[in-house]
Amino acid sequence: MDHCHTILQLLPYKTPFLFVDRFLQIDENGASGEYTFRKEEFFYQGHFPDQPITPGVILTETMAQIGLVGLGIFLTKAHESKEKKNFVFTSSDVEFLKEVLPEEKVKVSSEKIYFRLGKLKCKVQMWNEEGERVAKGVLAGMMV
Amino acid sequence: MTVEEITAKLRSIIEPYVEEKELLNNIMPETDLLEDLKINSANLVDIIIDVEMAFDIEIDDDAAEQMLKVKDSVAIIQERITA
Repeated sequence: MDHCHTILQLLPYKTPFLFVDRFLQIDENGASGEYTFRKEEFFYQGHFPDQPITPGVILTETMAQIGLVGLGIFLTKAHESKEKKNFVFTSSDVEFLKEVLPEEKVKVSSEKIYFRLGKLKCKVQMWNEEGERVAKGVLAGMMV
Repeated sequence: MTVEEITAKLRSIIEPYVEEKELLNNIMPETDLLEDLKINSANLVDIIIDVEMAFDIEIDDDAAEQMLKVKDSVAIIQERITA
């Protein structure tokens, strides 16, 4: 699982827009990882002032950082050369099934649909700690 | 398959990726998928995968990168279905 740690270091994101605590597994077919939404996250101040709920765009971003970008780094073997790659998020089609509240830990796992000519398309799902699925969808991006 | 038949089949594959449908009315050999049909470049890979399935052929990455104009795409498809 050494490569999981290396790939975490190679993610291009930084606080307050890094939504990966650790990768659990990454191989050529998919990636999984987890993240705990801290109650101090910047977006809870406005979404919503009296009732903090994690925005769908942030859940989508979390799914992309773990399921798409983490896997993309592995598939381009960037973790072997330690080369920093840029990633362009090109499409998302996500359904949100349950709300995610501050301090909830979520697990994301992705399944590769294809990786060709630099484009990666994956089926990605997110679960909460109770094992309930909170979001699912298809995401795609290009490694450049 | 004739060039016309391949072009017609290619047109139906491309159609879902073209937002301005009227652009499909005047497809010429010189028509460029990105410039003329305004297809999102990220969708070219999906078109290539759809072409492979529809024609039951394999397109290697070097050939796939040449598939920008209708005439080049048709030539690449024709080469592989007759091979």
